[in-house]
Amino acid sequence: MSDSAPRPTRELLGKVLGPAGPELTCDECFAYLDRYTELEQTGRDADAAIPGMRAHLHGCPACSEDHDSLLALIDTER
Amino acid sequence: MSDAVGVVRPASRDARARDADSAGWVEALATPGRAHDDAVQRLHALLLRASRFEVGRRRQALGYVRDDLDDLATQAADDALMAIMAKLHTYRGDSRFTTWAYKFAVLEAGVKVRRRVWHEREIPLEEDGWARLPDRGSTPARDLETAEMLGAVRTAITEALTPHQRTVLIAVTLNDVPIDVLAERLATTRGALYKTLHDARKNLRARLAEQGLEGATA
Repeated sequence: MSDSAPRPTRELLGKVLGPAGPELTCDECFAYLDRYTELEQTGRDADAAIPGMRAHLHGCPACSEDHDSLLALIDTER
Repeated sequence: MSDAVGVVRPASRDARARDADSAGWVEALATPGRAHDDAVQRLHALLLRASRFEVGRRRQALGYVRDDLDDLATQAADDALMAIMAKLHTYRGDSRFTTWAYKFAVLEAGVKVRRRVWHEREIPLEEDGWARLPDRGSTPARDLETAEMLGAVRTAITEALTPHQRTVLIAVTLNDVPIDVLAERLATTRGALYKTLHDARKNLRARLAEQGLEGATA
């Protein structure tokens, strides 16, 4: 996709076409979500530890919301 | 976890304390008795805090249905507690026990909020919803490449997808219907619907790749 494309159009195409490459399923995402967010919170390379998670979070709005909330929640306990 | 292959660092005092705390939770919850009852009560309080946190984050989306938010959070905490007790044996210590437990509360509260927002709302299930694709952006497509991509995506949606794939793709990506709300209406699961969405996207990308469109494959 062209970088010169208007942003809303690029975002819409991104939503429709989803992430490229391998990604976890929703069930796998839930299974690893706690570990992934703790790795992120502590500055570790969460994407290397759990490949396919980031792509799934880009492609699945519901899992992405759950991830953002869990990360924000455990951040309140730091 | 080791920081690099073959290098295992000793656990820090904080990490050991964390592990002991998590082990304490599991032992108390798994063993009948007074300690179990106390642990269940403490866990429910944590889950209620987590579900209230999640409902609070989604408060704006709930709009006018604000009077029963605490009931929603309590139901989510109750359901999360039941799920945790049923799946306690699956906790492997990959994270703090509380983080593991929180994800159940966040999931339950998130699903309940999304369903509440869409309660009694009609879900647009339109096979021809792709027709709106080029008009969705606030800025019209100006360059040829984007216009070509939009046209190709529209064509691929009509030609490369099954009717079910088309319905799911359009509802979730163009009409912003939450996937778990759609799953409830279609009497299926979030995982099954996401698989459908994933397969639909794969078909679209393959069709675009056949046409040599940049960005369709990676």
